Amino acid sequence: MNLSYSEEYEVFRRKVRAFLDEHWTEADREKAGEAPILAMPRKQTDREAAFRRKAVDAGYLYKSVPRAYGGSEQPFDAFKSTIISEEFRAAKAPREIPGQGVAMLVPTLVEHGTPQQKEELIGPTIRGDLIWCQGYSEPGAGSDLASLRTKGELDGDHWVVNGQKIWTSNAAEADWMFALVRTEPDVPKHQGITYMLIKMDTPGIEVRPLKQLNGGTDFTEVFLDNVRVPKNSIVGKRGDGWPVSRSTLKHERAFIGSTDYVRKTFDGLVMLAQFTNLRGKPAIKSQAIRERLVSLEARLVAAEYHGKRLLTMSGHEEDTGLAGLITKNATSQLQHDLVSAALDIMGDGTALATGEEKAPFSGMFVDAYMWTFALLIGGGTTNIQRNIIAERGLGLPRDPATKR
Amino acid sequence: MDFGLSEDQQLLKTTIGRFLAEQCPTTRVREIMEGGTGHDATLWTSLAELGVAALPIPEAHGGLGADLLDLALAAEELGYAATPGPFLGASMAAIGLAEGDNEELKARWLPQASAGSALGTIAIGEAESVWDPDAIAASVSDGKLSGRKPLVPYAAVSDFIVVAARDGEETGLWLVEAGAAGMEITTLSGNDMSRRLDDVVFDQTPARRVGDGHALERCLDAGLILISADAFGGARRCLEMTRDYSLEREQFGQPIGAFQSYKHQLADIAAEVEPCMSLYWYAAHTFDAFPDQTSKHAALAKLRIGEVFNDVAFKCTELHGGIGFTWEYDLQLWFRRALFDKAFLGEAVLHCDRVADMAGW
Repeated sequence: MNLSYSEEYEVFRRKVRAFLDEHWTEADREKAGEAPILAMPRKQTDREAAFRRKAVDAGYLYKSVPRAYGGSEQPFDAFKSTIISEEFRAAKAPREIPGQGVAMLVPTLVEHGTPQQKEELIGPTIRGDLIWCQGYSEPGAGSDLASLRTKGELDGDHWVVNGQKIWTSNAAEADWMFALVRTEPDVPKHQGITYMLIKMDTPGIEVRPLKQLNGGTDFTEVFLDNVRVPKNSIVGKRGDGWPVSRSTLKHERAFIGSTDYVRKTFDGLVMLAQFTNLRGKPAIKSQAIRERLVSLEARLVAAEYHGKRLLTMSGHEEDTGLAGLITKNATSQLQHDLVSAALDIMGDGTALATGEEKAPFSGMFVDAYMWTFALLIGGGTTNIQRNIIAERGLGLPRDPATKR
Repeated sequence: MDFGLSEDQQLLKTTIGRFLAEQCPTTRVREIMEGGTGHDATLWTSLAELGVAALPIPEAHGGLGADLLDLALAAEELGYAATPGPFLGASMAAIGLAEGDNEELKARWLPQASAGSALGTIAIGEAESVWDPDAIAASVSDGKLSGRKPLVPYAAVSDFIVVAARDGEETGLWLVEAGAAGMEITTLSGNDMSRRLDDVVFDQTPARRVGDGHALERCLDAGLILISADAFGGARRCLEMTRDYSLEREQFGQPIGAFQSYKHQLADIAAEVEPCMSLYWYAAHTFDAFPDQTSKHAALAKLRIGEVFNDVAFKCTELHGGIGFTWEYDLQLWFRRALFDKAFLGEAVLHCDRVADMAGW
C-alpha cells in the first residue's frame, strides 16, 4: 500500500506541471476562475483553443481519440489520467470540452463510427466547433429507456422521425443530437432501436426549455415532427442502437461517482457552520452540528479512499465488481446528506432562496440541495442502481414480474 | 499509487481466513464462548503459530515487526469468523509496550507474547464512559497504582495488564503482573460472550512504567483501528449470510431474495459496508505512513464502522425473519459482537467530540 506515486509517475507529474507553467499563465488562471460542477459546453476562446492544441500534442487531452481525428491517442493509464486531472484542475487549465458530445458521442464514434463519420465529426466536436445534445429519455421512457417510442420510418433516402425527447441538456445550443430512435417495430424492444445523428437545424425540430424545480432551465424537451434524417446518418447498423449506445452510459455513471464535489461540499459546509450564528453562537459550536459534521466527514473519507481503491483496481485492469457498482449510490447519497446538513445549519434561512443577499451565504446551499435530485435520478436512478447492485453485485435473482 | 493490498498481505488474509473457517467454525466459537473463561489457549497458540501475535511486535523482540495494516487485516478475518478470545487486548498491550520506552519490560514480555505463551491485555476505559487519555483518573504514586477499570478484556486469564493511568499531571501506560497485590477482578456478564470483559479494581497495586502519553495515544489509536477492522469483517459476514439465506429461503413460491424490497435493502447495506474497507485500510496505513493523521482517522473509522456494523447486524437479523431471532442461528453471534464494537474504546459520540476538538471546532 502506497499513496505516493512511483518515481516514473512523479517524473510525469513534474512534466505536466512544467507544461502548465509554460502554457497556462497566472493571468490565464485568474481569468478562468472556479469551474462549475456541471459545466456546459460553449465555443472556446482563442486562448483556450491554442492551449488545448498544445495539450493534445503533449498527449494530455483526448487520450482515447486517435491522432488522425485530433486526439492524442495515448495508451490507457488510469494513474496518468488522474495526475493530468489533478494538475490541470489545480492550474484551472482547460481540459476536454465538457458535455455529452465529447464524453459520450466521441467514444461511440471511435468504437462504431464509419471512417467518414469519424473524419467529419470527431475533430470538430473535440475542438468545440460542434455542440451535441443527447436524445435518449422520453416522457414515457426513463428508467425503461429501451421502451422508447420516437419512431423513424424509411422514406427513400431519409428516415422520417416523429416523437419527443426530454431531459435533453443544452438542446438549444446544440448543432447536432445523437438520438435513439425506434426503427424496427416488429422485433423485441432492445433490438428495434437505431442510433441516429440528427442536425438540430433540420425542419420539424422544436426545442422547449423545461423549467425545473429549482427554477432553472438547464434541460429541455425536444419535439420531432416529420424530421427528415439522411439514411446514413446512423452509427452502427439499423437496429443496433442499443448495444452501440451501451458503451457511453458507463462513462456517465463513472463521472457521477467521482468524489471531488463531495469534498468541496463538505469544506463549504464547515465554513458555513463556522460563520453562521444561531442564537448568538456559531453553528459549529452546537453539539448536534459538531456530531453531524464529524459523522459526515467519516463517510467522506471513506468515499475518498474507496475512490482510490477503485482507481488502483482500474490501474491494474481488475474488474471493480461490487465496489464499483455501489459507488454512484453511496456518493450521491452522501452529497444529499451533506447539503441537508447545510439546511439545518442555516436555521430559518432555509425560507430564503439562493441569491437572496439576506440569506446566510446568499442561500448558496439551497440550490445545491435542490440540484441533488439530478445526481440521484440522472445517470441511472438510485432504485435502478439498487437493482443492479443486488443482481450483478450480490447475485440475487432478477425481479420475477418484470417484463424486460 | 497503490491503494491496495500487497500479495503478502492478501496471502496473510487468506491464510488466516482459511484457518479460521476450518479450525474455528461457529460450532467451535460457541463451545469456547459458552465455556468457563471464554478463552481457548490452544486456539490462541494456533493463531500465534500463524504469526497473529507476532505481527505487531518488533523483530528485535521476536516479532514480525509488521505494519499495523497487516494486523488489521488479521483483525478483519477474526471478526468475520466471530473468533473468541483475547486478540484485541493482547494486540493493544503489545503495541503499548512496543511504543513505550521501558526496554526491560519489553525484553521481559514481548518475546513470550509474540510466541503466544504469555497473554497481555489492556485497561484504559473508566467509569461513565471515559476513554479519552486526558480524562483518565487512575493514578500511580511511588510505583503503586489505584483506580477502577470497568471493562478489561480477559483480565482473569492474562499474565500482564497494560494500564492507562496518570502520574501527577502526566497520563501514560503502566504494567501490572497477574497475581499482583491489591487487584480485584470480577468477570462480567457481557453481551458478546466471545470476548470476555472483566471489571478490575486496583488498590495500591505494584506497577511499572511502560511509557508516556504518546505511547498511550498510539495504543488507543491502534485499538480503535483494530476494532474498526473487526467491525468491517463482521458487517461483511452479516451481509453475506443474509444474501445466502435469501437465496435458499422460499416463501410465496420463490426465494425471498427475489423480492425487490429485499434486494434493495441488501443493496443499501452493501453500499454502506463496502467503503468501510477503505476507511479502515487508510486509518491503519496512517499508523505507519502518516502518524500525525492517525488519531483523527482512527476515531473516524471506529465511530463510522462501529455504527455501520450495528446497523447492518440489526437489519440483517430482521431480514432473516423469525429464524434470525433464535439463539441457534449464527447471526446472533455477530449481532452481539457489534454491541461490543460499539462500546469498547468509547462510543461514537465520544469520538465525534474528539475529532471536532482536534479540528479546533
